[in-house]
Amino acid sequence: MQIDIDHVAKLARLGLSEEEKKVFGEQLGKVLDHANELQKLNTDNVSPTSHAIPMKNVLREDKVVVCQNTEDILANGPETEDNMFKVPRIVE
Amino acid sequence: MKYETIIGLEIHAQLATESKMFCGCSTKFGAEPNSNICPVCTGQPGTLPVVNKKAFELAIKTAIALNCKIEPQSIFARKNYFYPDLPKDYQVSQYELPLATGGYINVEVDGEVKKIGITRVHLEEDAGKLVHQGAAQIMGADSSLVDYNRTGTPLMEIVSEPDIRSPKEAAAYMQTMANLLQYIAVSDAKLEEGSLRCDANISLRPIGQKEFGTKSELKNMNSFKAVEKALIYEVKRHNEVVSEGGKIVQDTRFYDEKTDTTKGMRTKEFAHDYRYFPEPDLVPVEPSQEWVEEIRQSLGELPANRKARFIKDFGLTTDDAGLLVSNKAVADFFEEALKLLNNPKAIANWINGELTAYLNEHNLTITQANISPAKLVELIQAIDQGTISGKIAKTVLVKVLETGKSVKEVVAESGLTQMSDEGELVKIIRDVIKNNPKQLEQYKGGKTTVLAFFVGQTMKATKGRANPGMVNKLLKQELG
Repeated sequence: MQIDIDHVAKLARLGLSEEEKKVFGEQLGKVLDHANELQKLNTDNVSPTSHAIPMKNVLREDKVVVCQNTEDILANGPETEDNMFKVPRIVE
Repeated sequence: MKYETIIGLEIHAQLATESKMFCGCSTKFGAEPNSNICPVCTGQPGTLPVVNKKAFELAIKTAIALNCKIEPQSIFARKNYFYPDLPKDYQVSQYELPLATGGYINVEVDGEVKKIGITRVHLEEDAGKLVHQGAAQIMGADSSLVDYNRTGTPLMEIVSEPDIRSPKEAAAYMQTMANLLQYIAVSDAKLEEGSLRCDANISLRPIGQKEFGTKSELKNMNSFKAVEKALIYEVKRHNEVVSEGGKIVQDTRFYDEKTDTTKGMRTKEFAHDYRYFPEPDLVPVEPSQEWVEEIRQSLGELPANRKARFIKDFGLTTDDAGLLVSNKAVADFFEEALKLLNNPKAIANWINGELTAYLNEHNLTITQANISPAKLVELIQAIDQGTISGKIAKTVLVKVLETGKSVKEVVAESGLTQMSDEGELVKIIRDVIKNNPKQLEQYKGGKTTVLAFFVGQTMKATKGRANPGMVNKLLKQELG
């Protein structure tokens, strides 16, 4: 199945070379083919599955836990200023 | 052609929790930038979110108060988009299976009650904050600084049906909703501080037509007045475009309070293709009937019911009852005072009048201020017993609030007790009459309305301490 690889790359903010577009386009196309295969199954009596694991109600109490390594998190950004992440212009 | 206005509102309220929606970071406002962050809320690889039980509970509480159906199963979903205030590049929200659906709220507009439908109530997480550099706003900024303290704060979204027909109704809806959220203690719900936010969808359609027209989505309204004004502007703009034969282009618009206009927002290739899918890291929540029932019990009497009861049982006016129930603590205060003194009208007057004025002026809540139901009742009783005049009582109340002393102490210390000594009062009255021969002549000439002038002068001479009833009686006697 043909996929609009340019659109998908744009949504994911990925800059792909022509070669990559070809390779990934084919690979993702196969994934869609497989999904189309599954579409053929009769699922009238199957309710939509949101999760594969049969678990529910995993909740935590409303308690504050202070994180000790916020500096490490900041260090993951390419640029920081005044303890904040610095990002380039957002709106042109 | 005649058009009608169609408005639907999306409200976001920050929930009153200690910790964030999916991690243990504090939600406290005003902390050092990026001090309340952790690997979970900043989306570090391999971290796992866990739902805050209290946030879920507060949303259920709201949903019950809004007469919604609590869904048996609730699913979280990822809403994918890129923006610097969103570290994971997706917001955890709810999409196909929200927490609650199909409710309503009664809103009073111009004395009439209007039922406005609630489409859904769901939970999601807040984004971070951007500080723009090189310009006051995002437009024109060279770069921006990002603070993720707010990232992951529990947000509750409440979506209304497109049942609102005027900007005024929209403002009334917002006000009623804010009061309710504050009353049931699920959110601070302050538009000015951003703990409550509002997006408005507005369109026009020819009267009688079923389909909706093209809508505009309005953002950045930071007060109830701004909600109304932004919508008034937008109704006008739509009308102008349509009457000139033009077409409304669907867009997102920012309200600018300074110029009182809305402006279309152009963001850098902001594709509205969110590709929602179930959040694989969070399992479904299926609130048990017992849990929902427990929350329902904790809700107690809702403001609308309490207001109706105040009007019916205590004979209060709609306005008085409305003011009392706009805040739960105030309504509780009223009922506590009522237990001590069966005079609802007087208690309501004092609370809604002098007391509220003082609280507003000093930015205090009724629980923070130096006042208790017992003290207010003591004040009213002092007036009833003639110890102080109603006018002096206002001064006494302020002193009580300022010093924390009892009414008795304040009255004793400042010599504010009412003057009820006839002999002393007669002396003062004779002086007043002597000093105003012109008015005395008028009175003698049959112009009895001058009596009010003498009463006023006597009250002035006694600094308001004279018993007005007695002054009237003695004046008539002395004037002959």
